Amino acid sequence: MKTLTTLTAAATMAAAPALADLVIPDLSYRTGPYAAGGIPFSDGYQDYFTLLNERDGGIGGVPIRLIECETAYDTEKGVECYEATKDEGALVYQPLSTGITYQLIPKTAADGIPMHTMGYGRTSAANGEVFNNIFNYPANYWDGASVAINYLLDENDGSLEGKDIALVYHNSAYGKEPIRTLEALAAKHGFILSQLAVDHPGQEQRSTWVQIRQQRPDYVIMWGWGVMNQVAIQEAANIRFPMENFIGNWWAGAEHDVSPAGMAADGYLSLNMNTVDPELPVFDEIREHVIGSGEAAGDGSHVGSVLYTRGMYAAMLAAEAIRKAQEIHGEADITAAMMRDGMEALTMTEERMLELGAPGIGPVFSVSCENHGGSGQALVQRWNAAEGVFEPITGFISPDEEVIVPLVEEDSLAYAAENGIEPGCA
Amino acid sequence: MLYREAGDFKTSYAADAQTFPLAFDRWGYWVLLALAALVVPFVVNDYWANALLIPFLIYAIAALGLNILTGYCGQVSLGTGGFMAVGAYSSYKLMTAFPWMDMVSVTLLSGLVTAGVGLLFGLPSLRIKGFYLAVATLAAQFFLVWLFNRVPWFYNYSASGQISAPERELFGLVLTGPNAASAVQYLFCLAIVIALAWFARNLTRGTVGRKWMAIRDMDIAAEIIGVNPLRAKLSAFAISSFFVGISGALFFTIYLGAVEVNSAFGIQKSFLILFMVIIGGLGSIFGSFAGAAFLVLLPVVLKLVGVDLLGWPTTIVAHLQLVVVGGLIIFFLVVEPHGLAQLWRLTKEKLRLWPFPH
Repeated sequence: MKTLTTLTAAATMAAAPALADLVIPDLSYRTGPYAAGGIPFSDGYQDYFTLLNERDGGIGGVPIRLIECETAYDTEKGVECYEATKDEGALVYQPLSTGITYQLIPKTAADGIPMHTMGYGRTSAANGEVFNNIFNYPANYWDGASVAINYLLDENDGSLEGKDIALVYHNSAYGKEPIRTLEALAAKHGFILSQLAVDHPGQEQRSTWVQIRQQRPDYVIMWGWGVMNQVAIQEAANIRFPMENFIGNWWAGAEHDVSPAGMAADGYLSLNMNTVDPELPVFDEIREHVIGSGEAAGDGSHVGSVLYTRGMYAAMLAAEAIRKAQEIHGEADITAAMMRDGMEALTMTEERMLELGAPGIGPVFSVSCENHGGSGQALVQRWNAAEGVFEPITGFISPDEEVIVPLVEEDSLAYAAENGIEPGCA
Repeated sequence: MLYREAGDFKTSYAADAQTFPLAFDRWGYWVLLALAALVVPFVVNDYWANALLIPFLIYAIAALGLNILTGYCGQVSLGTGGFMAVGAYSSYKLMTAFPWMDMVSVTLLSGLVTAGVGLLFGLPSLRIKGFYLAVATLAAQFFLVWLFNRVPWFYNYSASGQISAPERELFGLVLTGPNAASAVQYLFCLAIVIALAWFARNLTRGTVGRKWMAIRDMDIAAEIIGVNPLRAKLSAFAISSFFVGISGALFFTIYLGAVEVNSAFGIQKSFLILFMVIIGGLGSIFGSFAGAAFLVLLPVVLKLVGVDLLGWPTTIVAHLQLVVVGGLIIFFLVVEPHGLAQLWRLTKEKLRLWPFPH
């Protein structure tokens, strides 16, 4: 029986090359209250793969087949999309939603398909010994929270003793993620943390900002997404909260978040895990091979914007992992299991980013079985309203591993115990 | 021709009062059940089960529950999402606090807990009616969602505020969690749906159901002929919430496996289920199923046709979906205000005379 299966498998493989493709599902959301962020990300994600198809004929000679599925940031639709695409031979999922990620973590583990949640999802998935097929490099929420605090420490000569820091967060799994780290950091550095929840979708924040006006915190950190960001920045401008003391996380720092507030948003700070430079050579190639030939996923107007760059960066990391997997297994038409090995062996260096036409787009990092989270570095950028661009004001800042590593350990082991997982490297 | 009562003689009161008086209907019902229970589980794949059949069955339970309250007893409720959340969170607390408990008990107990909560929020219905009651139940919706977000005890103090269903077995088969076979999950839901639909059908044509309908049609008249409004209204709230609670529990344990109260049980869920009841037909068991099928299947069918068949961009299809579903709701309300159930009833009337209408 076993030989028969092997024979059939061998026969299918032998017959396959003609039809071989690398299937990349894109669980996007171009509708609903979060579409403003979903559209540029998905455009960047798809356009990069289209570029590889158009310019290089795919990766390692195998073309990429993109399957787009609209989730509207809704978990039920996300599950439907997952079920609809998983049997197509999907290599990696990137749902761009923490809610859908939580849904898919157990499902992808059961089906053996890797998932890459770049800077979102479940933070403790950084522990690859427990979460074998979940990756959240180059940085996760707890890294982000710590980077923000490290930046503030730097601004205040190393001490936040007695400072008031308010966290304005999206009242969902996504927004609640940084609380645990910020509490630990508050205990370590002696600042006072107050938490202000904003309910989905975040159009109504008057009471939150009235509270901020009364409390007068020294700094406001925001974990927002979608329409919530624009409203928060507008409200902050209305109460004349100083923008240089207002830091959004990397999902609250795109052009469309700040532009509605006009000049009032000038000086708004946010984190970013990638640099923003519309003049990168890779964008020129996208303009030439993808947008020029009418193959673009969207209208092509977002090229080089913050979230387009991040979507493209996500695709770039996935493509690099595919290359790595092809190299490790010596096979061009890889499976999801091989993809997982490729992701776990991924290394990003300055030279490689230069070769790819995107010098310095992200931090230098490498992934291993023990660490699926990468370096955790992020930078701080400032909105220049007159020019309409985000300008980096720091280099990549490292998070406080001393605080984060034990938290990741604790949370991931609790998950392992709950779900009967034996931590270990394959 | 096929569909007629000629020759179908009833010789007892029981036979005369049965749910399906026509032999053709009766056979159809049994064939459908046999197909659903004996054939579907063996041919169904993950996509069909997880994206279509399981949500359909679970929403059908919720629609049955709301139909009891709104369709039969005439009490408008916008708190369905909140009551589903009660079912989901009680099953989570039961599953984590008593790991030995089997899933049938967990599901039924979650229903009972929800029935208790529903009873509590049903109390205002004795004083207020119509739109005012709708507002009171709306308060229940917002309060319950806020509660499950606010009190960490309900989600066992997890960092993200999400709850996720641990793995449980029934008769040695994995029923919850990612390793469960979709056929097993489907059969579990199907069994519960059949039991609850049978219960609802027999409840609504007995004394209890007649009292509800009397209250619905005119509460003062009902009171004069001896219906106790307190008991009738509260029993409707309790039983309706029992159904809704069970559907919430299954929604969490079987269908999604992990939920977040805001996105899964928000106000839009209450409206969705109200639409199911209105489109399906108020005061009809069949209508609850038809409404659930319509609103669960239609978006998926539109997506399959639009994206997979015609190759349209996903955005266009997503927007078109809203337009088509909205348009159809208006169409149904204008053309057939009594819903799909009435449409089905009319079809049957016509079929009885076919092919020789007078």
